[in-house]
Amino acid sequence: MKFTLSWLKEHLKTEAGLDVITEALTRVGLEVEHVEDPASALAPFVTAKVLEAARHPNADKLQVLKIDQGDGKPVQVVCGAPNARAGMIGVFAAEGTTIPGSGMVLKAGEIRGQASHGMMVSEREMGLSNEHTGIIEMPEGTPVGTPFAPLMGLDDPVIEIAVTPNRPDCLGVSGLARDLAAAEIGEAITRKPQTVKGAYPCPVKVTLDLDDPGLAPAFALRMVRGVKNGPSPEWLQKKLRAVGLRPINALVDVTNLLTIDRARPLHVFDAAKVSGDLVVRRAKPGETLLALDGKTYSIDETMVVIADGNGVESLGGIMGGEATGCTDDTVDVLIESALWDPFNIAKTGRALGVHSDARHRFERGVDPDFTVPGLELATQIILDLCGGEPSDIFLAGEIPDTRRAIDFPVSEVKRLTGLDLHAAEIKIVLQNLGFTVSGAGEILKVAAPSWRPDIHGKADLVEEVMRIVGLDKVPAVPLPKTESISCAVLTPLQKRARTGRRALAARGLGEAITWSFVSKPQAEMFGGGKPELALANPIAADLSDMRPSLLPGLVAAAQRNADRGIAESALFELGQIFLGDGPDDQRLAAASLRRGQPRHWSGVRAPDAFDAKADALALLSALGIDTSRVQIVPGGPDWFHPNRSGTIQLGPQNVFGHFGELHPRLLKQLGTDGPLAAMEIVLDDLPEPKAKPTKSKPALAISDLQPVSRDFAFVVERRVRAADILRAALKAEPKLIVGADVFDVYEGKGIPDGMTSVGVAVTLQPRDKTLTDAEIDAVSEKIVAAVAKATGATLRG
Amino acid sequence: MSDLSALEASILNDIAAASDEAALEAVRVAALGKKGSVSAELAKLGAMSPDERKSYGAAVNTVRDRIAAALADRKAKLGDAALDAKLAAEAADVTLPLRPSALEAGRIHPVSQVTEEIAAIFADLGFSVAEGPDIEDDEHNFTALNFPVGHPAREMHDTFFLAPGANGERKVLRTHTSPVQIRTMRTKTPPHRVIIPGRTYRNDSDQTHTPMFHQVEGLVIDRGAHIGQLKWTLIEFLKAFFEVPEVEMRMRPSFFPFTEPSIEVDIRCDRSGPEIRIGEGKDWMEILGCGMVHPNVLRNCGLDPDEWQGFAWGMGIDRLAMLKYGMPDLRAFFDADVRWIEHYGFRPLDLPTLIGGLSS
Repeated sequence: MKFTLSWLKEHLKTEAGLDVITEALTRVGLEVEHVEDPASALAPFVTAKVLEAARHPNADKLQVLKIDQGDGKPVQVVCGAPNARAGMIGVFAAEGTTIPGSGMVLKAGEIRGQASHGMMVSEREMGLSNEHTGIIEMPEGTPVGTPFAPLMGLDDPVIEIAVTPNRPDCLGVSGLARDLAAAEIGEAITRKPQTVKGAYPCPVKVTLDLDDPGLAPAFALRMVRGVKNGPSPEWLQKKLRAVGLRPINALVDVTNLLTIDRARPLHVFDAAKVSGDLVVRRAKPGETLLALDGKTYSIDETMVVIADGNGVESLGGIMGGEATGCTDDTVDVLIESALWDPFNIAKTGRALGVHSDARHRFERGVDPDFTVPGLELATQIILDLCGGEPSDIFLAGEIPDTRRAIDFPVSEVKRLTGLDLHAAEIKIVLQNLGFTVSGAGEILKVAAPSWRPDIHGKADLVEEVMRIVGLDKVPAVPLPKTESISCAVLTPLQKRARTGRRALAARGLGEAITWSFVSKPQAEMFGGGKPELALANPIAADLSDMRPSLLPGLVAAAQRNADRGIAESALFELGQIFLGDGPDDQRLAAASLRRGQPRHWSGVRAPDAFDAKADALALLSALGIDTSRVQIVPGGPDWFHPNRSGTIQLGPQNVFGHFGELHPRLLKQLGTDGPLAAMEIVLDDLPEPKAKPTKSKPALAISDLQPVSRDFAFVVERRVRAADILRAALKAEPKLIVGADVFDVYEGKGIPDGMTSVGVAVTLQPRDKTLTDAEIDAVSEKIVAAVAKATGATLRG
Repeated sequence: MSDLSALEASILNDIAAASDEAALEAVRVAALGKKGSVSAELAKLGAMSPDERKSYGAAVNTVRDRIAAALADRKAKLGDAALDAKLAAEAADVTLPLRPSALEAGRIHPVSQVTEEIAAIFADLGFSVAEGPDIEDDEHNFTALNFPVGHPAREMHDTFFLAPGANGERKVLRTHTSPVQIRTMRTKTPPHRVIIPGRTYRNDSDQTHTPMFHQVEGLVIDRGAHIGQLKWTLIEFLKAFFEVPEVEMRMRPSFFPFTEPSIEVDIRCDRSGPEIRIGEGKDWMEILGCGMVHPNVLRNCGLDPDEWQGFAWGMGIDRLAMLKYGMPDLRAFFDADVRWIEHYGFRPLDLPTLIGGLSS
């Protein structure tokens, strides 16, 4: 909403300056977004008289002027303007002035050997027009040494405010004045429209032909015949231009004037072009309208139109039609002041993509009680500007009574804001805003004015009081401390998310946050792509589906880094993935991705499945999962290398993640260079930590007896899994065997083809006495037998 | 006697000449071994008279002791020399650069770090952390929050819609974290003190808007929470978060469908330099929206607005991170450029706490 300071002052009698007014607007909730004060840029420019003009001794096209700028100390200026001559009055800028047209700062200097202390300026240099054939000439008798801007009426600041959707009354200057007056910035002096007596009945009648009367509750129409239309007077054109509107002709300009002045959109029809009476009805399928913006709109039965004998003539409350628009030739004019349903206006405007000042106001709510007064005011101005003879007003429908009485305990102000105000103060604020307040004591009866559709209850009244009294008056009061020392506030999953991030970062990974949406092919490649997870209106084709996995985002990130010349990426993300569109279908996952390793003197190894496994197990361990109990099953989902990947589980029904190298075919489809090692774990699927009755840890059981280690070299078929060998070894004598680990894996000379030698170190922990060699040998035999039974292993000869 | 002296001199000479431990051992054996030259002198004692034996024996023993000492001394010197030689051979160029350690290389994203900072501050005030789904229904994202169907305020949200389901229901990507207010109030018993961080989505993209961003919402519901407390809470939060002694805050009346009264909050800052400085200067910057929870929202959650009351606020985590840590471009947050992550990210052990300070 744009308006000028002088326009505001037509409605507000105030001594307050621009700064006080803008500050007050923001304070009451009408946020000032921008103030353009042309006077400030033009302030250094004053009128000045040319006392002498002499030919420049060294240049044919230049003159040396003596300038009187009103201070009795003439200065010399070198000027190239052909119209510069002694006796004329122009506009002078002294040294140090910034020229608005060029942004140049004037400096004292010499021009071809003659001193020059400033400049006589043209309109273009002032940023006023493109006129640059000569310097500005002021009328004879203009006082010398006067600031130029006010003389030309260029000192009217333009204020732009953001009006929140609940305040349609402030889409008119009169409404702003009312708020400012309530905030004690002045006195509201908006004139009440006078009734204009009609000389004859309105010759055009209006029928409201609607299944839902709420779509257009009232429609007032009046003819003014015998007007003389044409360009509106300069004061009106200037006013409209100042707020960014283009003057059209007097009749149209009057409607725009009232839109801005009183937040009352109107429409004018050229009566000569209207055939018969008007009917307000739903549009029929297939109807179209060539609107005043020059565009043709296809309209349908959800939209409300004004039609005559020729068909649709106007989109009610949004935009008029070209066919019945007023031109300079209009003689008889029909002025419409109607009420429309805000929701339907919003819907229609949205469907057609029309943004008009009328729609903007009607979809927020126009003061119903001002329907007829607005028409009276428009009539009076039209009579003043264009002459003519008014008819009576024809009113179809009726003005809805929107008054609502609200019981308002004044204690609500204190309850909701902490502001301690006297009941009388509260009453005055509300009355100044136009509310009707009756009753005294603790509970007031308050009725909102017709222009405030946003007021429904007590809280709304509290807001009114609070914003006018000022939020700066609200005391800051400490939030009461909780009664005990804060206990843990995070859920187990939230804690895991935090710990998980730190654990993965401590593995040398950098945390990425990638989009929650990926392309459809990416979603499909990683097990997603369900139709219910596709966006109906994606921002880009490659951000179309909610991600089923964190990996496609990380793969794409690694490739972006590679494309920037950074071959190595070690990234993780911890965030949501989507298995369905229900509230319980979202999961929290953690994934890592490693690509490349910088060359280093200590050796280089491209990240592989074991790096991914290490990331996964480090994460699990940090999250309190006993990794010795976790099962690693070879193989994983399709997006992994079939023979270099693993599934992490606690049994087949309890899978919670995968790791490995990503499938080369998939990387090719994604346009990504591999190899990439990755893992992904769904944190929701991890077993919850068990609540323990005590924080005490079990007693430490250590033996005084030294553990004994024995090494075995098992020769097995290559398909045999190390995990199976270790499990068999551990189970061979559970009472004694406390550990088994692989210390060597060998294939080659001495080992038959297709076989692998796996070196296993088994640790025995004697319990109550040192083991004899015979006892150790007996356990060893059990181990060999157990591993042989489980895997077919033989001891390496 | 002179023979013995000559023998001693000769052996001592051999000891000094021994260049390694093996040569020294040979000298020892030749002198003190069973068949050694000194042992031979001792063997002569048996053929001597008691007096001769006494004096010569003492002399030979003295020589033997001196030789033994010389051998030990020489052995120690040779050992040191051998170790020195070994150490010299083991020389390593310790100026060779290391591979960065994992702890050095790892990074936490600023959004995660700032979210933890915010949680640390509010945990001190007794707030817990609530979360909710990103895919929401119209009811939670709009209707229950007092956005009437067709209201222009809905249109201001640039909502992402999912493809309509079998029942024709059109799910949305939540446009704010406020639906979690509804979920909290509907499932838990008041009073409430929660913060709600999370991802939010709007169909909008330019230098300061990304289609996905992070918000944190705060909600206090009890029997006395009012705007004065909201004001205090926000001032204290901003001071703690920006780690500055004073924050000047300006509250402006505004409009949100789900709060009444509604307020926008600006903070004083200085934007004249290359970085924004909070708490000084002459500019105002909008930082969050807040207000008293609208009576309709309370009613929609089964709470009587005459009994329960409270306030809520919402702010952009990404934006707070940018203001505090100086990232210029929001889009880079979601680009996963490893250089950006390394530069703006936090180290794995930079744990934001109130006792240790939010940032180091």
